[in-house]
Amino acid sequence: MSSITFTEVAYTELEDFVYGKAQKPVECSNGMVIGGGTVYPEVNLTLPPMLISEETMPKVLAQYEEMIHGICSKAYELNSPGILIEIELLPPCTFNPEWGTDVARVVKGVMKEYETKFGFKSLLRMTPVDVREGKTLTHMYHGEHWDNVLKTFEGCAKAGADFLAIESIGGKQLHDEAVMNCDLPKALFSLGVVGCTDMAKLWDEIVRIANENNCIPSGDTACGFANTSMVMAHKNFIPKVFAAIDRVMCAVRTLVAVERGAVGPDKDCGYEGVYLKAITGTPISMEGRTAVCAHSSHVGNIAACLADCWSNESVENVRLLGGMAPTVFTEELVYDCRLMNGATARGFATQLRDLYAESDRLYDPQAYILDPAVVLKLSKEIVKGKTHLERTKIAASATIEELRYGFKNGLVQLDAKELKYLDIFEKQLKAIPDDEAKFAQEIISSTTNDKFDPAKYDFNF
Amino acid sequence: MFDLSLLGKAVIEGDNEEVKALTEQAINANVDPLVIINEGLIGGMNIVGQRFKVNDMFVPEVLMSARAMNSGIELVKPLLAGGEMTNKGTVIIGTVKGDLHDIGKSLVAMMLECSGFKVVDLGTDVSPEEFVAGIKDNNGQVVALSALLTTTMLAMKSTIEVLQESGLREKVVVMIGGAPITQDFADQIGADGYAGDAAAAVELVTKLLN
Repeated sequence: MSSITFTEVAYTELEDFVYGKAQKPVECSNGMVIGGGTVYPEVNLTLPPMLISEETMPKVLAQYEEMIHGICSKAYELNSPGILIEIELLPPCTFNPEWGTDVARVVKGVMKEYETKFGFKSLLRMTPVDVREGKTLTHMYHGEHWDNVLKTFEGCAKAGADFLAIESIGGKQLHDEAVMNCDLPKALFSLGVVGCTDMAKLWDEIVRIANENNCIPSGDTACGFANTSMVMAHKNFIPKVFAAIDRVMCAVRTLVAVERGAVGPDKDCGYEGVYLKAITGTPISMEGRTAVCAHSSHVGNIAACLADCWSNESVENVRLLGGMAPTVFTEELVYDCRLMNGATARGFATQLRDLYAESDRLYDPQAYILDPAVVLKLSKEIVKGKTHLERTKIAASATIEELRYGFKNGLVQLDAKELKYLDIFEKQLKAIPDDEAKFAQEIISSTTNDKFDPAKYDFNF
Repeated sequence: MFDLSLLGKAVIEGDNEEVKALTEQAINANVDPLVIINEGLIGGMNIVGQRFKVNDMFVPEVLMSARAMNSGIELVKPLLAGGEMTNKGTVIIGTVKGDLHDIGKSLVAMMLECSGFKVVDLGTDVSPEEFVAGIKDNNGQVVALSALLTTTMLAMKSTIEVLQESGLREKVVVMIGGAPITQDFADQIGADGYAGDAAAAVELVTKLLN
């Protein structure tokens, strides 16, 4: 497959870098345009506590049907200009591709019903689970795990998915070890070498399946990487500056999907999507305060600055006072999008964007690195790198420098412990050899096969 | 008299070399090996646990302390009489069948190890039968089950049922944890306890074993 290399950022003016508008909007067959000026709600949902098995599949499908009816009904009632629905399949529905396909078929069926009866437009994003991990995994690119992932993509595409997406996990175990030890070189290797190489192989297949089935390869997310750091930092288990640096490094990895043919919208939980938008002009989905149903964060408002779709991450189908949770969160998302689109209509989009940014960026380095001005500045540095590894290294060093600048100028708060770790990470970075093979040997010899088995990745350094 | 607080301080600072040097000195000063472990090495680690609990230390710092403590224990171990315990009990831990989430469970394992427990980590996607084998093979006193999905938390119930069927339920303490888990759920499925985070898990195991 061919690969695109992005050597410049897609935006020269900060004024143009705003929510709802992307340099390369995605035009869909039903007329909805993502990144064409309108921010759409993207609702993500999951099952309540229940087992998924052959016996329970009818009940599972009934749950999905009920949730989608509630979501479409509420979005239509509130005059939403359209909606995206994302189904992140649960592991049994990828281990059994036909179950995942059934879910896509049922969900799309309800969505079509609302389009036929009421003219209500919607788009379905199907996200199979990257099940390529665990004790029974024999190889990342052949065998049962790999086959099931691809079969699930194919089944979902044939069942009517508009977008295909994934939260890919190549290099994740190595990255987990890096996070636990705040080992920046190991994180850098897992993302800039293992993750990027894995993404290229995986996304070539996803793009092929999408093209063969007339649907759109949308994007990936570093959920298993930077979001792990984010949650760990949120619990004060690791420094917040590590999570911030990790997020920007992850941008290089997530970008590989677009290099291999994905066109967006990038997936919601990849907060690094803002860098992807800056570099490629691809539209992105983002989640912030509306994702509190799934996890807490320090980026509730600032995450909206550049969103082309606005998501709730994931909500389980439980009853709240206001109704079933997926319906309730649909309402939240619709109102947020109304405000964003209303501001755009009056010519106030950049003002609203700046309010979102200013309300959050001071309090956490993870928020600071999502500020559109910072994103553009760091993106310009990242694209100077010639290889993925070099770009990831630049991402880390430029972020460290930017956090120091932000702190010095009163733009972001960092306590003494956080500042101490900036020094530590700077030293760690400087110790990384320029030679990729030498670097690989250093990392591989410092870990165990259960964290990273080069043979399973066909790695040959 | 040998000042064991210095050894504890070296553990807290995660200073491997200093811990080894001070442990050697304590051995040469004929300090009882169990006293070196309990008052010096584990004593320092207990403070690390307390500081971690109040957000005064990060996980990588705790891990450095744990490595330093273990380097000291390795020097003392050969001096212990047979049968003398160097841990507070054995915990068998894993993420339940169908669930591939790892890091939360690994954090709990790390904190338990740092607090002086022996931990056998069975990994992710662990079947009830594997938990049974893990308990039998390692003489486990505690089994800790993790789940992060609403669709896998019920595998905790089936694991407890298999423990019951295999005659192990009364011999082990069962604790559960993970994002969708609550104390109510623990009560419903017959677990002995629920912990909301890694520090709480250490307190719970200590309480349940006592």
